[in-house]
Amino acid sequence: MSNSSKDLDHLIELMAKLPGLGPRSARRAVLHMVKKRALLMTPLADVLAEVAVTVRECLNCGNIGTADTCDICQNPKRENGEICVIEEVSDLWAMERSHMFKGRYHVLGGTLSALDAIGPDELRIPRLLRRVRDENVTEVILALNATIDGQTTAHYIADQLGDVRVSTLAQGVPIGGELDYLDDGTITAALRARKTL
Amino acid sequence: MPNLAVESLNLSHFRSHHVVQIECDPRPVAIYGANGAGKTNILEAISLLSPGRGVRRSSAEEMTRRPEALGWKVSAVLRTQDRLHEIETWSQNGTARQLRIDGKAATQVMLGRIARVLWLIPAMDRLWIEGAEGRRRFLDRTTLSFDPNHGEQVLIYEKAMRERNRLLKNQVTDAHWYRAIEGQIAATGVKIRKAREEALEYIHAAQDQAETAFPTAHLTLTNPENIEFSANSDDLAELLADYRSRDLAAGRTLAGPHRDDVFGVFAAKDVPAKDSSTGEQKALLISLILANGRALKEQTGLPPILLLDEVAAHLDAARRAALYDEICALGAQAWMSGTGPELFEELGDRAQHLLVTEVEGKSKVDLQ
Ligand SMILES: Nc1ncnc2c1ncn2[C@@H]1O[C@H](COP(=O)(O)OP(=O)(O)OP(=O)(O)O)[C@@H](O)[C@H]1O
Ligand SMILES: [Mg+2]
Ligand SMILES: [Zn+2]
Repeated sequence: MSNSSKDLDHLIELMAKLPGLGPRSARRAVLHMVKKRALLMTPLADVLAEVAVTVRECLNCGNIGTADTCDICQNPKRENGEICVIEEVSDLWAMERSHMFKGRYHVLGGTLSALDAIGPDELRIPRLLRRVRDENVTEVILALNATIDGQTTAHYIADQLGDVRVSTLAQGVPIGGELDYLDDGTITAALRARKTL
Repeated sequence: MPNLAVESLNLSHFRSHHVVQIECDPRPVAIYGANGAGKTNILEAISLLSPGRGVRRSSAEEMTRRPEALGWKVSAVLRTQDRLHEIETWSQNGTARQLRIDGKAATQVMLGRIARVLWLIPAMDRLWIEGAEGRRRFLDRTTLSFDPNHGEQVLIYEKAMRERNRLLKNQVTDAHWYRAIEGQIAATGVKIRKAREEALEYIHAAQDQAETAFPTAHLTLTNPENIEFSANSDDLAELLADYRSRDLAAGRTLAGPHRDDVFGVFAAKDVPAKDSSTGEQKALLISLILANGRALKEQTGLPPILLLDEVAAHLDAARRAALYDEICALGAQAWMSGTGPELFEELGDRAQHLLVTEVEGKSKVDLQ
């Protein structure tokens, strides 16, 4: 390819690194943007540049947003005494898509794993314990994956929560099946039939 | 006659085999040929039709035919009663082994529900003399044959145990963390122990009920820590908590079913298996495999597939004839290997006979 398309090659290369995209689909995406320069490419570039500067983790719950406190934590209507604990932000989004849960979240950022040197301090567990004390929490819903590490983490947290009600999503979440991959109906059913631990 | 049998076996680039197709009926299969011809490799391929890593416990990469090293595939049609299952397992370019049953991606647990495969290989000749690990593995294979969920429980147990041992090694003292892991160890540990004990009961019952030319082995489950725990997982969890400081000093978990062992006794003589003669030790293992097969047949209606690598060579003519008679009475498709056809003469047309030879660096299999 000629020298003049070096930047385009670079763009395609970067796009191909996105999950779900390969070199073929990256080329298609770039061609599409070039055709829609004003409608798509320029606004996309602008918003990318902006978000790259502003995006951050919510200091309270670990959700991502563009402010120190995310929309959910800022919304007083979501302070209903329920906190749903999940492993990753993608799990939070999956829960939100189901429109079933009206409380707040806490994103751990992973699971306990001695073998991978991930302890409570590497996760947002101390912060969760503080929130349960400070935010009038009445129920903690542990929506962790049914993996061995996920279950260890759930028990670890439940063991330290004292008086609040602790529940887990109902069975039916397959072993190793990540929340993110479940459809909304399954999440809704699992949440409805949650069980006290 | 109800049967579990391989009806066809296809090997592609599997160890010494290039492309091999074997069609067979439910009768036992006698495989003979020179050293290094590729007989044990056939048994290994069949062992992959049941959960686990097969007779040699090899990695997928070790099984790929060299020098090509492209990957390999084993596929088989298995008959269980009146149903046929197509089982395919393969590995490409050194990646993890894949499994498909009837065209659909499947798990090892699903495989365990279809195919029960038991084996005896020369490496097990020293089972009674060597460390507890080999005996525990032997017991777990037997247990898995009765309880297809056993394998998964053992995997969860072992993973949780590795987590706990890492905490101990790193001198972590967070009691909540231990409790969370110990809860899972205890929940699976009691199931594992119970399943092992039940398996031994089935074996003993099957030995007691049989007329057999092979000596009865009396087996007891032992544990160096002499721990007792009931079917209640809380007891085991409590025990682990009690032992925590001692385990911290040792840097590993000292008590639990991961240290279970089997103590075998040659019943008629009341002599421990480890002190029995070489031939007697082998006879005990054969007796156990046959008892396992009879117990399975009684419980599931189907005898298991047996893989008996070089078993005939170690038996005198009378014992050999007795083994063949018992296999035929059991109705098991036993795949047996040996160097010469004379070892299988007593079987006659009660079995199908395969000759394995090496031709230009490739194993060749011919139905005789
Ligand atoms: N990955 C591999 N690629 C190619 N050949 C292999 C591979 N692994 C093992 N072999 C070869 O397979 C050959 C046959 O092995 P196998 O154990 O089946 O022999 P056998 O017929 O059982 O012999 P014996 O009577 O000595 O037990 C051996 O010569 C060995 O070198
Ligand atoms: Mg061999
Ligand atoms: Zn937040």
